[in-house]
Amino acid sequence: MTLTNDSIQQKLTAQFGESFFTFSEQYGMLSFEAPKDQNLKVLQFLYDEPTLAFRFLTDICAVHDPEQPGKELSVVYHLHNLVENVRIRMKIYTAIEDPKIFTATRLFESANWMERETYDFYGVNFVGHPNLKRILNVDEMDYFPLRKEFPLEDQTRIDKDDQMFGRG
Amino acid sequence: MTEHLQHIQLPEGSIEKQTTTLNLGPTHPATHGVFQNIIELDGERIVSAESTVGYIHRAFEKIAERRPLYQITPLTDRLNYCSSPINNMGWHLTCEKLLGVETPKRVDYLRVIIMELARISDHLICNSIVGVDTGAFTGFLYVMQYRELIYEIYEEVCGSRLTTNIGRIGGFERNFSNTAFTKLEKFLKEYPGVLKEFENLFARNRIFMERTIGGGAISAERALNYGFTGPNLRATGVDYDVRVHNPYSSYQDFDFIIPVGKTGDNYDRFLVRNEEMWQSLSIIQQAYQKIQAFKGEEAEVYHANVPEYYLPKKEDVYTKMEALIWHFKIIMGEVEMPKGEVYHSVEGGNGEVGYYLISDGGRTPFRLHFRRPCFIYYQAYPELVKGGMLSDAVVTMSSLNLIAGEMDA
Amino acid sequence: MSRPVRFNIHPIAADIKEAVGVAEAPEGYAGEGFFTTKLSSVVGLARKNSMWPLPFATSCCGIEFMATMASHYDLARFGAERVGFSPRQCDLLMVMGTIAKKMGPVLRQVYLQMAEPRWVIAVGACASSGGIFDSYSVLQGIDQIIPVDVYVPGCPPRPEAILDGFMKIQDLVGQESIRRRNSEQYKLLMNSYGIE
Repeated sequence: MTLTNDSIQQKLTAQFGESFFTFSEQYGMLSFEAPKDQNLKVLQFLYDEPTLAFRFLTDICAVHDPEQPGKELSVVYHLHNLVENVRIRMKIYTAIEDPKIFTATRLFESANWMERETYDFYGVNFVGHPNLKRILNVDEMDYFPLRKEFPLEDQTRIDKDDQMFGRG
Repeated sequence: MTEHLQHIQLPEGSIEKQTTTLNLGPTHPATHGVFQNIIELDGERIVSAESTVGYIHRAFEKIAERRPLYQITPLTDRLNYCSSPINNMGWHLTCEKLLGVETPKRVDYLRVIIMELARISDHLICNSIVGVDTGAFTGFLYVMQYRELIYEIYEEVCGSRLTTNIGRIGGFERNFSNTAFTKLEKFLKEYPGVLKEFENLFARNRIFMERTIGGGAISAERALNYGFTGPNLRATGVDYDVRVHNPYSSYQDFDFIIPVGKTGDNYDRFLVRNEEMWQSLSIIQQAYQKIQAFKGEEAEVYHANVPEYYLPKKEDVYTKMEALIWHFKIIMGEVEMPKGEVYHSVEGGNGEVGYYLISDGGRTPFRLHFRRPCFIYYQAYPELVKGGMLSDAVVTMSSLNLIAGEMDA
Repeated sequence: MSRPVRFNIHPIAADIKEAVGVAEAPEGYAGEGFFTTKLSSVVGLARKNSMWPLPFATSCCGIEFMATMASHYDLARFGAERVGFSPRQCDLLMVMGTIAKKMGPVLRQVYLQMAEPRWVIAVGACASSGGIFDSYSVLQGIDQIIPVDVYVPGCPPRPEAILDGFMKIQDLVGQESIRRRNSEQYKLLMNSYGIE
């Protein structure tokens, strides 16, 4: 039986309950939101269940939306079933004060550096990660640059005139 | 006699230490790009390796939140700069998916030609650098001359050699001129002989085979767990190619095979890339024939009919009212952008290059994330080189085709 | 001095009658069996036609450098046949590509390891001024940390532009005074960068 967005939705609600997720379909890709502390359970279920078999982790990234109080940071997992050629997107929302999410490194080796990058850019603390330190920025950096409140440019540079760039 | 030796302070445990620590640092002839490896050696054998990246982190994702969609194309150029047109086309396809733009067939076929030329260009660099790392400089010098022919074709289409910024949302900025097609024909005529000679230099060369067979091997299960895609994954035996599984830009109209390897070692990666170059050549020839089959008005089509996103011609902007209004709206960002999130991926030189774009209806993206294959599979490097020799580590590094721009973004 | 654009598709035989350059001897007084001139001219002539560059290639400009070194735009005909990667043995540090703040200390250390006389060429917009990357992680030009002699603009610069920059370095090398590296002005320049 082929895997469609409806059948994935049915299986997930059958396993975890009706009000567990919020489903939506964006440009053909099923996208759902799961509770923060259940992310590993959902990933494990998607991995183990023989008809679902989402065994390839395409991407992990995070999004910062300061307009949603209590749900500012979201970690987005893109999973792919290579055999049936189906992709899904899982989102985990967390508040910005203490963003702690369980790590997926035991399940997928590729999550290691992707989570380090997410930590580096947004400060999401992955619980249980073997080596959670900054990966792309300098180690001494003390803020998380991709959050919306921080500017793009280095404020200490002296040779670029902000007036000329329209950013006075 | 030995009194002066008491002033030398040896680090703790250095007499008992069994392994040497070597820094294959960010500046090293072996690292083609800036990434660092700290290797623990037991004689010549590698015990463990630790990688550091980020030496060319340019904050693309943050810069992209400042720029409208059509200004992000130059950023995507600089991801995998050996094959920039593929990144550009991938970005245009992502935008077209978000905005709901359908491109005509001729545009698709022109895009396929440009993308396959870029793939040949990328694989040529990778394979010739593997040759250089095993000591054979001739192959590199020979094929670089034919990469110049590819650069001339890019120059004719978009004006630039390396960081091309080719195309627009909906098509191309100008129709391919007759000179471009003449240059393409020259390339198609001369290149097969060159590739055959290059292949003969390495494929059954005993020294090359002994240097590369067995080094940096990985099994298919571990490769999938590490998130490998592209030629590195195909060398382990998994035939996953985004062009076939999620066809974009009319790739389903073309007839080509996906070469796979067996053991996933350096030799298999070399052969997979080599065979992919032959397949790309065949795709370009098919696309060229299909383009020549368009006659009359259809042969002048080079962009989709989307005045909301495609800048009108300058002559029309200066003479017609509608074109002037569209020009103003596009540049000032008054065009309606749909809200939503889209993920699209293309088959780049190194694997699946993905673009995750979240738009909130504004002029610039709310969030743009690049799924960069180099970054993801470089994590496996310590596992690939463990137990091997130091010289194999160097060859593994270049056969993985690590491009620092894509790794750090 | 424009000439018609030539495409590779219809090759025209090159007219090389006036195009072969021979290194000219410096001005001096010659006699039977001897030749007197300034030491700096002779040393400059020898140095400029046998520069040993260190390609510090970080990103896209590095690929254009590979094209410059290859047979089409050959850098070796200017004497830079032997590219070395050890700063102890090289004269010219060619910085090609974006230098991030994480890479800055590495670049500075490579520069400090070079022996006098040393020259630096910043190839590309990123090395000259940060380029299109006006962001928190990119060093806005390598002249924030090391002194630069020649800047080559472009993103990436064409191989002809890199060769032009190299020829300007050759001009600087050929005319440099023997005493420059010990002079007060040079010491002030080094001190302004914090180099002793």
